[in-house]
Amino acid sequence: MSAASGASAPRNRLAVAGARSTTEAMLRNQPRGDVIRNAIFAGLLLLAVCIALAGLLALLIQAFAKGSSALTLDLITNPPSTAFPDKAGYRPAIIGSLQLIAGVMLFVVPVGIGAAIYLEEYADGSRWWNRLIEINIQNLAAVPSIIYGILGLAFIVRGPMDLGFILAAGSLTLALLVLPMVIIASREALRAVPDSIRQGSLALGATQWQTIRTQVLPASVPGIATGVILAVSRAIGETAPLLLVGATVFVTFDPTPFGSDGYSAMPVQIFNYALRPQEEFQALAAAGIIVMLVVLLAMNSFAIWLRNRYEQRW
Amino acid sequence: MLTEQAPKIEVRPEFQSSAPEAAREKVFELRDIEVLYSGVSAVKGISMEIGRNEVTAMIGPSGCGKSTLLRCLNRMNDLIPTAEVKGELLYHGEDLYGSGVDPVQVRKLIGMVFQKPNPFPKSIYDNVAFGPRILGRKEGLDEVVEKALRGAALWHEVKDRLKDNAFGLSGGQQQRLCIARCIAVKPDVILMDEPCSALDPISTGKIEDLMIELKNQFSIVIVTHNMQQAARVSDRTAFLMTELDATEHTRWGRLVEYDVTQQIFTNPSDKRTEDYVSGKVG
Repeated sequence: MSAASGASAPRNRLAVAGARSTTEAMLRNQPRGDVIRNAIFAGLLLLAVCIALAGLLALLIQAFAKGSSALTLDLITNPPSTAFPDKAGYRPAIIGSLQLIAGVMLFVVPVGIGAAIYLEEYADGSRWWNRLIEINIQNLAAVPSIIYGILGLAFIVRGPMDLGFILAAGSLTLALLVLPMVIIASREALRAVPDSIRQGSLALGATQWQTIRTQVLPASVPGIATGVILAVSRAIGETAPLLLVGATVFVTFDPTPFGSDGYSAMPVQIFNYALRPQEEFQALAAAGIIVMLVVLLAMNSFAIWLRNRYEQRW
Repeated sequence: MLTEQAPKIEVRPEFQSSAPEAAREKVFELRDIEVLYSGVSAVKGISMEIGRNEVTAMIGPSGCGKSTLLRCLNRMNDLIPTAEVKGELLYHGEDLYGSGVDPVQVRKLIGMVFQKPNPFPKSIYDNVAFGPRILGRKEGLDEVVEKALRGAALWHEVKDRLKDNAFGLSGGQQQRLCIARCIAVKPDVILMDEPCSALDPISTGKIEDLMIELKNQFSIVIVTHNMQQAARVSDRTAFLMTELDATEHTRWGRLVEYDVTQQIFTNPSDKRTEDYVSGKVG
């Protein structure tokens, strides 16, 4: 061994020198093409971010420029009026929207969480019908909202349920629209609870329901709440399905859940004001947009805060 | 009935339990047990008897089905939809897999401690009180919790912070909390699935001492990778090994030898056991 290494020593030295110079070359001379390509790519990515933000920014600036003059307390407390645009407001629409969301929550929280618990905790995922249900819930989340409007019109307003054009029918339609979102978000929250917690509970002699009620659900509440808030904030902004199930565009009185005189909602009322040519109504529409944006941003921020603050780390 | 056992653990436990076979009270009797997942055997032909107030260790190489077998004993395998148990498994003479036996009731009597400490995301107190609460034993909860924590040699470390979240405890403390949680239910048997594999040597030592202490009240079955641990804590040791069929395509676990621990480690009757415990294979 030693003889062989002695004979090969000069060759070794040569090889080491060669390797070193190659390494040096590789470390120093990054090809110019790579540098430029890197810069271009980073620039394109930054542009994508800017485009996404520019939309929101433009909307905010435009809404503020146009609507700041109409941002008064009257906006919230006064009913709409065609005769006095300077006194007109969103009162019935705001009350309508609040009642709509309350109805959505009433329906979507128990049904959505229940469905999620079934799919996540009870259903045997290896069975084809459970997989079919799963795929269809994913599909439902992608169905355009106008189609839910037609569904609501055919099955809730008329047809089997025959509720008529009342606010509760609008609530149910919106609830159906956001239900898949709630189910998907709740399932993810339930799935985030590690199996070791379920096993630990079951090994103490807890039933499956006790395990879900006392361990799995409490640990997933923040995630589920986040999902519900995001779903509800989507429901607030929906206009198309409401137009089909009877949200009349011009309501000057406070709506009630089951009153058949009609109801309105924020986005519907904004749409109505925006359609009018007069400057004052344009300002009203812009002010309405500001109110809605503030509410939506607040809700989404609250959802994010909730998730960050209370999410269980395992 | 256990008062004649020395409270001090000076004597190696295996010397205490070399009682004549007939005098041993049996907790489990396994007769030709086979566990299958989706129709494929994981363990096959297991027949053994597990004695009361003994620590029974199961050792063997990875994948030999020790944990699978352990999970049969409190019907945790029922949670896997594709699992199937064949053969006869008697618990105090009662068929554990007989019709009308409720796995939930089984698990109240036969508790389990897992490989990775799995405290609930609640306070230390609520972790221990969880079992009694779901069983509806709400009276004297404070005493039950204290007794369980003392039983798990954790009381002095946590008595001033019972309301703190259990996640703040160290790994070893968490595992002892899981043991406390288990004994608060007052089970008959405690199954331990590699309870020390995620712990440092000091924590491991504490839990081993605890096992020897606890066997006065409970029967313990422990799965371990650590042969020294089996030698230190157990009265009897079962050695399992993987067996291949003639075509070498399917494999399953088989019980090679089951005897008094000292016998297994000093004078095993099977060549394969000798090779394994002396470190030649596995």
